[in-house]
Amino acid sequence: MLENYLPILIFILVGILVGVGSLGLGYLLGPRRPDQEKDSPYECGFEAFENARLKFDVRYYLVAILFILFDLEIAFLFPWAVVLDDLGVFAFWSMVIFLGILVVGFIYEWKKGALEWE
Amino acid sequence: MHFDAANLLPILPEIAVLLTAAIVLVVDLYIDERHREVIHGLTLIGLVVAIALTGVVGGGATELVFAGNVVRDPLADLLKGAILVVSLLVFIYARPWLRDRGMLVGEFYMLGLFSILGMLVMVAANSFVTVYLGLELLALSLYALVAFDRDSSRGAEAAMKYFVLGALGSGMLLYGISMVYGATGSVEFGAVAEALATQGMENKVLVFGLVFMVIGIGFKFGAVPFHMWLPDVYEGAPTPVVLLLGSAPKIAAFGLAIRLLVDGLGSLQADWQGMLLILAVLSIGLGNVVAIAQRNIKRMLAYSTISHVGFIFLGLLAGTEQGYAAAMFYTITYAVMATGAFGILIILSRKGFDAERIEDLKGLNERDSWYAAMMALVMFSMAGVPPLVGFMGKLLVLEAVVRIGFVWLAVVAVIFSIIGAFYYLRVVRYIYFDKPEEDAPALASSGGVRVAMSLNGLALLALGVFPATLLALCQSVFGA
Repeated sequence: MLENYLPILIFILVGILVGVGSLGLGYLLGPRRPDQEKDSPYECGFEAFENARLKFDVRYYLVAILFILFDLEIAFLFPWAVVLDDLGVFAFWSMVIFLGILVVGFIYEWKKGALEWE
Repeated sequence: MHFDAANLLPILPEIAVLLTAAIVLVVDLYIDERHREVIHGLTLIGLVVAIALTGVVGGGATELVFAGNVVRDPLADLLKGAILVVSLLVFIYARPWLRDRGMLVGEFYMLGLFSILGMLVMVAANSFVTVYLGLELLALSLYALVAFDRDSSRGAEAAMKYFVLGALGSGMLLYGISMVYGATGSVEFGAVAEALATQGMENKVLVFGLVFMVIGIGFKFGAVPFHMWLPDVYEGAPTPVVLLLGSAPKIAAFGLAIRLLVDGLGSLQADWQGMLLILAVLSIGLGNVVAIAQRNIKRMLAYSTISHVGFIFLGLLAGTEQGYAAAMFYTITYAVMATGAFGILIILSRKGFDAERIEDLKGLNERDSWYAAMMALVMFSMAGVPPLVGFMGKLLVLEAVVRIGFVWLAVVAVIFSIIGAFYYLRVVRYIYFDKPEEDAPALASSGGVRVAMSLNGLALLALGVFPATLLALCQSVFGA
């Protein structure tokens, strides 16, 4: 019974080999001649002119998330609308329930002011 | 496509919880600050309705609905009922804590209700897709809840850890599911079981799938060696969230394990038995030993959870109807115990103070002897002292293990639970034999909390003395 798990052992070994092997080969074979320029940070080829730890406005994130939500809704609606004739009443009410749940979320975000930029 | 409205009957409890969540969310937006507590009442009403509906639509023969994706059988009925009752207690205990800290807001109730909905979907699933849907709904709500105290950096850290490791666990489970789907050509448990019965373990892909699935289940339960997230999350999360996280989801995780391993991969029992055996022994051993070193009571209870998970796995790995029933009895009663333990921690907390150290329980007997008695009942029950229900659960699980000839395993489990008894009894010592700290004020708690806690504590005693009803229910589920 234990030999059943041999492939898993091989799987793990190959996984380790791929991960450690590539790093190890680079470490062993690669030339290392560090100098000041190579070790200093840079931005797209320029010298660094800003701290990387800057505050990021969470509103962009909010808008992005809301966009994905309603974008996906459209992605569901299009194919549904195309074949609605074949699917009939069941599909119609399924979508109505789906949209109803979505509307609850929409009311929530509107009322909480997530749609106002300022 | 033809659709029968009768399909909706078995999922009425789920519909009730979903509606409650939606209503709570909208009512919370339009309600005046002073009447905020209405949402608490609405949530409780919604849960009671869901419990009633579970009773109404429950019972009778197994029904498959939604093209075989959802099942309503005795297992689903009983687990749903247990999850809802435990959740009801959770919300009752959580209210004073939330109110004192200005966190009694719709989002807590809405996220909590969605996590409950996820649990209900999980235990009523009959296909890999439905199981995964419920699991993710539960997990995503819990990630957000762990970070619910937005100003707490520890909470944010715990949530991050939980999210990353939880996502890893879900990924493992999904990977396993995809392999089993590839090998059997179906995601529905019935069809998978049928395909497995004919082709057996010859297919190597199945072995991979099974291993990944067991790892995923181990992550969700928090079994050693997949337990790393559990103590940190318990320590960092707000106590009411730990209360929610540490009780009902264990019942749902049991449902997940039964659905996947028994309903789906039942014919591979000989293979997953060995894996669960390793997880069980490690969990019981490490959980009980490491808990002794903890000074933070939430961390201590986290390690205690790990050791109890080991006992649940003991029942599962027995692979007999008796073993499953014992594991189910253990899971449900453990959830009740965990609710009591974290409930007491919430009662001990007050505005600006969270009971977190074991020393915070010092002299509880002098401050409030009734709550002290309840906490002592919980601790004795977790330690497995007769006549409390924790003893009954351990006895049933060990009996199942001995029946399949694993006497050594039962001996190991007993030895480690004796070691474990030390840290439970230490808590009892603090409660009864130490003086309260000088500045400890009297415990303020409402009548509702007191009634709920009394029911919770006495239930442990009652179930221990008269285990027959619940046990018979558990056994009837598995036809033993």
